[in-house]
Amino acid sequence: MSGIAFCFERKQDGFQLNAEAVLPGIGVTALFGASGSGKTSLLRCIAGLDQAEKGQLTVNGECWQDSAKGLFVPPHQRALGYVFQEAALFPHLRVKANLEYGWRRTPGTQRKGNLNHICDILGIGELLQRYPNQLSGGEKQRVALGRALLNSPRLLLMDEPMAALDRPRKAEIMPYLERLHAEADIPILYVTHDLEELARIADHLALIEQGRILKQGPLAEMFASIDLPIARDENAGAIIQTRITRHDEEYHLTHLQFCGGEILVSRIERATGESLNIRIHARDVSLALQPPGESSILNVVPAVVTDILDQGAGRIMVRLDAGGTPLLARITHKSQSRLGLQTGATVYAQIKSVALSI
Amino acid sequence: MEPADISALWVTLRLAFITTLILLLLGTPLAWWLSQTQSRFKTVVETVVALPLVLPPTVLGFYLLIALAPGGIIGGMTTHGLAFSFTGLVIGSALYSLPFVVQPLQNAFRSINPLNLQAASTLRASPLDRFFSIVVPLSRPGFITAATLGFAHTVGEFGVVLMIGGNIPGETQVLSIAIYDHVEALEYTQAHWLSGGLLLFSFIILFLVYRQNNRWPHT
Repeated sequence: MSGIAFCFERKQDGFQLNAEAVLPGIGVTALFGASGSGKTSLLRCIAGLDQAEKGQLTVNGECWQDSAKGLFVPPHQRALGYVFQEAALFPHLRVKANLEYGWRRTPGTQRKGNLNHICDILGIGELLQRYPNQLSGGEKQRVALGRALLNSPRLLLMDEPMAALDRPRKAEIMPYLERLHAEADIPILYVTHDLEELARIADHLALIEQGRILKQGPLAEMFASIDLPIARDENAGAIIQTRITRHDEEYHLTHLQFCGGEILVSRIERATGESLNIRIHARDVSLALQPPGESSILNVVPAVVTDILDQGAGRIMVRLDAGGTPLLARITHKSQSRLGLQTGATVYAQIKSVALSI
Repeated sequence: MEPADISALWVTLRLAFITTLILLLLGTPLAWWLSQTQSRFKTVVETVVALPLVLPPTVLGFYLLIALAPGGIIGGMTTHGLAFSFTGLVIGSALYSLPFVVQPLQNAFRSINPLNLQAASTLRASPLDRFFSIVVPLSRPGFITAATLGFAHTVGEFGVVLMIGGNIPGETQVLSIAIYDHVEALEYTQAHWLSGGLLLFSFIILFLVYRQNNRWPHT
C-alpha cells in the first residue's frame, strides 16, 4: 500500500492533535498552517519523537505505530530523515562525521547514495573538515539535510528548515531543495508557514488548523481555491502550468503558452519546449470589463468570473477561468461595486507580474 | 621520606584511584538518571547524594563504622567485618566523595541540548549508542571535573578515614593521617614535606582541570 496513512490523537500542554489523513507516498507534501496549528507536533508523531497516546501510522506499507496492538517502532528503527528548524548538528563532530553518523549505522545493503554525491548536490564538499560552530546558518542547514539524506531514509521529514534563516540564506538553500525535489525517490513531508516557499518545492498540500488536517490536495488545485485559509494569505495566487514557446531576444522576454492564452515574462534561461510552472499572485491581477487600451501591462488574459468571495476588510477574492486555467484576483470591494462584477461576467485580467514556481 | 610515609602515599593513591573508578562507574548512570528523570524521588535522591557536602565527616564515619562492623549491615555480610580494612576505606571514600562526582556529571548531562539526542535517534542510534556517541563526548569537561574532584577529594579525606580506617600502616594509613601523626609527634619536618606535597598536588590538579575546561572548543 502506497502512501503515508496516519491517525493521531494526542493531548499535550492544553494542545490537542487530532490528525487523520492519507498523504501521497511519493513527492513533496507541504504541511501548511499558522504557528501553533500543530504542524511540528504532527511531524514529531510521525517521526516517533513524540508518542501519540492513540495512533496508527503506516508509511508505504510499513507499520510504524498501532496503539491498538501496542506497536510503536522507536525512531532509531524507522529509517527516517529529519531536518529540524535549528540544524541540531553534533557540535563535537566535524561536518564529515556528522554526515556519516547515520550512514555508519545503516546496514550496508540498505545504503543509498554516497557522501560525494550528496556533497555535490548540496555544495558542502569544502566544509567537511570544519566543526559546526564554524559554519553559517545556511551551511548548517545544508549539512543537516545531507546528514538526513545519508541516513538512507524511507521518509524525509523537514520541520521549517529555513525558518531560522534570513532572506539571502533562504535564497541560497532554495535551489538545493528544488534539486532535492527533482531527485528524491522517497516521500518528503515539509512543514512550513511560508506560502512562497511551498509553492516552489511542493507537489501536494495539506492544510492544518488547530491540530486537524483541514484539507489536502494537489498544489495547483489547492492554490486555486478561494475558500481555504491560504486564499487569505498575502501571497495567495494560482499556479499555472505553461510551456516555453519562444524567446524574444530584442525585448529580452520569454513567451509562455498555457491553455488560457500566452504570457510574457522576463527572459528565462531555459530551453524552448520545456514546461514551467508559474505563479500569479492574486494581488498582481487587476480586472477590467473592456480590453485595456494603451497600457504598460503586457499580459492581459480574457477570463470568466467563476466565484467571488468577500474576505472582509474591503477585500474581495475573485476566481477566474481563463480557457480552463484557474486564476485568482484580489480586488477591493469598491472596485467590485464599480464594475458591477458578478459570477459569469467576462473580464480582462491584467497581470502585473509573474513569479516562477517549481 | 620515611618508608612509612611512602607506604601511606601508596595507600592514598591506591584508595583515590579505586574510589574514583568506582564512582565513575556508579555515578554516571545515577547522574544521567537525575538529569533526565521527572520522578518524584528525584529530590530525595539528590538530597542524599549531596549530604556528604554538609555532614561532618565524623558523622558519616560514625554510621559507617557501625555498618561496617562485624555485626553491621554491610560488615555482617563478611566474616570479619570491613571496619579497619582497605575495602572499608573504599566504601567510606566512595560515599564521602559521591557528590563531587555526581554533581558535575549531572550538570554536564543537563546542559546537553535534547535536540542533539533526538537528531541522533532519527539517525538510527539506539539509546545506549546515543549515550556513548553524543552524551559522553559532549560531557567531556564534566567527566574530567568529576574524576579529578573525586580523586583529589579522596586524597584529602581525613575524618571518615580516621573513624573507620584507623591507622594501620600499609593498610589503612593515608597521607592526611600520617601528617596528623607527625604533628602529634612534633616531627614538623616530615609534616612539612607531606603537607607541602599535598598542597602542590592539589594546586596542579585543579589548575589542569580549569585549564582543560577553559579550552573546551565546542561550547
